[in-house]
Amino acid sequence: MSDTTAPKAIEGTLGFIDERLGSTTFFRRNVKKVFPDHWSFMLGEIALYSFVILLLTGTFLTLWFQPSMKEVVYDGSYTKLQGVKMSEAYASTLHISFDVRGGLLMRQIHHWAAILFMASILAHMLRVFFTGAYRKPRELNWLIGINMFMIGMLEGLFGYSLPDDLLSGTGLRITQGVLESIPLVGTYGYMFLFGGEFPGQDIIPRLYVLHILLIPGLILGLVTAHMMIMWHQKHTAMPVKNQSEKQVYGYPFYPVFMAKTGAYFLFTFGVTALLGAFAQINPIWLFGPYDPGAISSGSQPDWYMGVLEGALRIMPGWEISAWGHTVSFNVLIPATLPLGIVFGGAMAWPFIEAWITGDKRQHHVNTRPRNAPVRTATGIAAVTFYGLLWLAGANDVLAERFHVSLFATTWFFRVTVILGPIVAFIITKRICLGLQRRDADVIGHGVESGVIMMSPEGGFSERHEAPREEEKIVLLSKENARPEAPARDARGVPAPGAKGPIGHLRSRLSRAWTFDDIPVEEHGHGEHEAIESGSDSQVKH
Amino acid sequence: MSDDNKDTAGGQEPREEDAREGGARRERIVGTPSPAKEKALLAEDDISAPAGVGEQLDEASMKRAERVVATLFLVAFASSVTFIAYFIGWSGRDGGMHGVLRARESNFWLGGTMALSFLALAAGVTIWVRRLMTSKPIVQERHELVSDEESRAAFARDFMEGAEDSGITKRPLLRRTLLLAAAPLGLAPLVLLRDLGPLPEKRLRHTYWGEAVRRAQQEGKKGVRLVVDGTHRPLRVSDFATPGSMITVLPEGVEEHVPEDEVLTQNAKAVTILINVPADQFKPAKGRENWHVNGIVAYSKVCTHVGCPAALYEQTTHHILCPCHQSTFDATDAAKVIFGPAARPLPQLPLSVEDGYIIATSDYHEPVGPSFWERG
Amino acid sequence: MKRITAWRRRPWAGYAVVLAALAAIGVIYAGFSPQSDRAEATSSAQAAQDLKNGQQLFNKNCASCHGQNAEGTKDADGKPIAPSLIGVGAASVDFQVSTGRMPAANPGAQIPRKEPIPPFDTSIKTDYEEHEEREAAEKQKARAEKNLRDLNAFIQSLGGGPEVPPASAVDPEKGDVALGGKLFRTNCAQCHSFTGQGGALTGGKYAPPLSGDDVTPTQMYEAMLTGPQAMPVFNDTTLTPKEKQAIIAYLVQTREEPNPGGNGLGRIGPVSEGLAGWLIGIGLLVLAAMWITAKKPKKLKKS
Repeated sequence: MSDTTAPKAIEGTLGFIDERLGSTTFFRRNVKKVFPDHWSFMLGEIALYSFVILLLTGTFLTLWFQPSMKEVVYDGSYTKLQGVKMSEAYASTLHISFDVRGGLLMRQIHHWAAILFMASILAHMLRVFFTGAYRKPRELNWLIGINMFMIGMLEGLFGYSLPDDLLSGTGLRITQGVLESIPLVGTYGYMFLFGGEFPGQDIIPRLYVLHILLIPGLILGLVTAHMMIMWHQKHTAMPVKNQSEKQVYGYPFYPVFMAKTGAYFLFTFGVTALLGAFAQINPIWLFGPYDPGAISSGSQPDWYMGVLEGALRIMPGWEISAWGHTVSFNVLIPATLPLGIVFGGAMAWPFIEAWITGDKRQHHVNTRPRNAPVRTATGIAAVTFYGLLWLAGANDVLAERFHVSLFATTWFFRVTVILGPIVAFIITKRICLGLQRRDADVIGHGVESGVIMMSPEGGFSERHEAPREEEKIVLLSKENARPEAPARDARGVPAPGAKGPIGHLRSRLSRAWTFDDIPVEEHGHGEHEAIESGSDSQVKH
Repeated sequence: MSDDNKDTAGGQEPREEDAREGGARRERIVGTPSPAKEKALLAEDDISAPAGVGEQLDEASMKRAERVVATLFLVAFASSVTFIAYFIGWSGRDGGMHGVLRARESNFWLGGTMALSFLALAAGVTIWVRRLMTSKPIVQERHELVSDEESRAAFARDFMEGAEDSGITKRPLLRRTLLLAAAPLGLAPLVLLRDLGPLPEKRLRHTYWGEAVRRAQQEGKKGVRLVVDGTHRPLRVSDFATPGSMITVLPEGVEEHVPEDEVLTQNAKAVTILINVPADQFKPAKGRENWHVNGIVAYSKVCTHVGCPAALYEQTTHHILCPCHQSTFDATDAAKVIFGPAARPLPQLPLSVEDGYIIATSDYHEPVGPSFWERG
Repeated sequence: MKRITAWRRRPWAGYAVVLAALAAIGVIYAGFSPQSDRAEATSSAQAAQDLKNGQQLFNKNCASCHGQNAEGTKDADGKPIAPSLIGVGAASVDFQVSTGRMPAANPGAQIPRKEPIPPFDTSIKTDYEEHEEREAAEKQKARAEKNLRDLNAFIQSLGGGPEVPPASAVDPEKGDVALGGKLFRTNCAQCHSFTGQGGALTGGKYAPPLSGDDVTPTQMYEAMLTGPQAMPVFNDTTLTPKEKQAIIAYLVQTREEPNPGGNGLGRIGPVSEGLAGWLIGIGLLVLAAMWITAKKPKKLKKS
């Protein structure tokens, strides 16, 4: 505390840079930048740090990997494949695994980091969705995030295909089949991607350059934009004490947040290293080289492609042939519709929500999921839809492990993928409203103190006490539904937002958004009113 | 409520006059008060954040924390050193790492020490932040993101001034020819991509079976022999006489007559499964009565859904199942679809016998594999 | 010691050793050959007796379903309950009985592998500490092996069929493992999976795992040869014995091979990997995040 000047080495460096860039103003402004604290805010960091791991380990792997489909006869040190014909890509992957020291470790860390990268993006996305952190002004970052996930799917698929083992070759074969099904241009796309017929000689080198150059560059750009926007807009905060739309409360960037995020960086490295050391992933030597006539049961893609796989599996065999042309809905629909619904819907959601609620304000404090029941229920419905398709992608493993009929699992998923989201929506909404009711109860009525009172008349009652201040702030963070603007004003002129069929739809949706809202507010001492109005709406619906 | 109740409750639990309630409503507490003195339903926030500016952390516990953190850093140091020592000292013995066992050993040591090193460092830094840093939460203003009215107006003015200065608003001819010039330039790179691959033409309509049959017929034979995939041995009818048999076959001569780098590509379309369906259960399709040899029948192994090898044959039910997406075909009935996402039966290869060998007498009569737009 | 060294230097020592060796061989031969002579002499009688034993075992354990003459049985509607065993061959019987599938308990979608019934249980433990216990177990095992042989011989006598392969034909050490891998992936992996973990079939049936040590090379060979239950047949003219041996070599070496990358996660591919990534990877990192952002412990100096 006594010595406030920095050591000479740092002072000198900073001075050197400042004289040339004027950077100290920037540092001065940002060194104490506030970062609100919550464990779920770190999910996105996993993705950032796994991306760093992917770049580092990926660079290591390129030093030995040969992206070539030239056929060679293996004579390396994995005895079971000696004398087998395979592509150079596969042989060099075996070489990395068995003849380069640390090569297997790097391969495994690379693959685990890829799995964590995608998983953490999804987890981060769910956190952002359910807390409403995508709302104005953060729609751009929401869109960037979704695009990163979709590009990440491609990047993962391409990387998974590079070793040219039987499993990845099967994945490519399916990719080819899906590509071929596109009306009008399908066969052209197929020929142009593979440089001729499947598998040809060109696909691995082409995927390689996409995998190590183009797509990582794209992701790097998007990550940078994502971080800069986040930095500029400041992170959202949970609705707790001291947080408001006007101010943010938390730890300064330097030194606390820096140390925390540094620790998390190390944790991410540690966990991927732990998995790489002790959990085997993608043992391509067991899968064998790609061979178009061979196949294994339980051929699955990595988890993030599981949704597509599941959709392909449960789709009935619909195909139309007319006027000399064929359209395979059995491939087209599962390849486009589910992801279109989930990710297209997610991208449009912030704008749809703002349109329905008419809320054009900026939001920096997150919503508790229960306080936006329609949003939360929609999210859970989407998760159910995605999750069921994902499970359907493993239906053969499920059938085998639990000894049920394979066709029965298919039918189960065909039905639940439609019904499941609806049921999930209804249940989730009920749960949210129930929790709202409890919150209203706590605010209006107090917390059960566990103290039983006996009145002079002999009746028993439990004494309720006012909730703690911190808790009250959390509960009162709920924004109660505002009374809807009347569709027509006093003179009978329709309100601007409610004109025409679109406006009509908007006001109906708006009503659906809030009609069963349960106000959580303080009533002074007339606490029973709040409870009563709560139970009123319960009875009504 | 009866008095009995009151008595039993009272008999077991201490009774207490509640003083705070005041005299007007004299009530008694029955039962043990909840230990939840904090009245919290939700254990939430900020109760333990350091309370005021400049408050000092307890010196003794700081010393303890410092020792813990330093120990963790030393563990990280030791395990990084072990990593390097193992790599230099041990992993290179007997000519370096070759094969499964040494790969396992080195993966264990290198990965284990690396993980330990990172995790120890991570834990150390975490404890450091939590125990030793006194920084307390601070508050910052959130600023409006939108620029003020004045700068927006100024920018709009500047923008329009520039546009007018450049003349683009006043000279439509310039504007339009510029757009015209830019359009083909944008298309040029797309044209460049044309040589990524050949045009589809009729490539997807035939397989190597056609070529092989043609070659065999030029040599005066009826058709091409079927060889076992993997051993290249041609199959006789008598070789494959056991009902319930199944094997993967290819046309004879792929290896000899096709350039090496095209073998896989040809096999990928030509690969076929040969099944011996018991003759009494086989129902030949119309027009294909002579395509089988006493129940021995050949179907394309490329699934009509998205092209996985549909290879899983159950000899009891005669189902052919594709393990990727579970399209199921009936081997006794022209490989018609029984279940799953495939829409079309597997194409059938016309078989016959020549010199005791099973032969194919022509190519598949329809395109194999997944559907495509031009398929018809 | 010195005396022996001195002895070895004598000129006649070499001849003496050769003579002694010859004598030893003679004695050993004398000890064994009369026995085999005797065996040959009594072989036909013994064979008849073995066959009788086989028939008795059949009557006791199999005939209730397969019929007194192994002709198979049908229920009232004419639907077969159990198939005829005439012509199925010894390989089939050996496979079904030694894997415990026969005698079957109750007909489900598929008859599962289980402990063989005691008279045929050749896989019992014999490595007991106690001498008597070990001896009894060894004796029981020998009896089970003989019973199985006799039953096989009896079925073989009914109408021929594929025979039990000799031990040399199934020795996994001698197979061409590279060829075996190729053939396995082309013809077997579609049901049994890359590493022999098994997989799902239609209607609740499944391809059993081949990765356990209890699946013997002989059983693998017999399964290929006879195509038990839903499995297709790979007879010796489609896949020659040499090729079958290659497949066996591949399977046995694969299951004995350690996982160089750590825990194999069941060796079933991306499904278990995704699960591990989410549960272990994301799980551990969420715990770490909770620790990092948890409320600071209150360690303030009282002032």
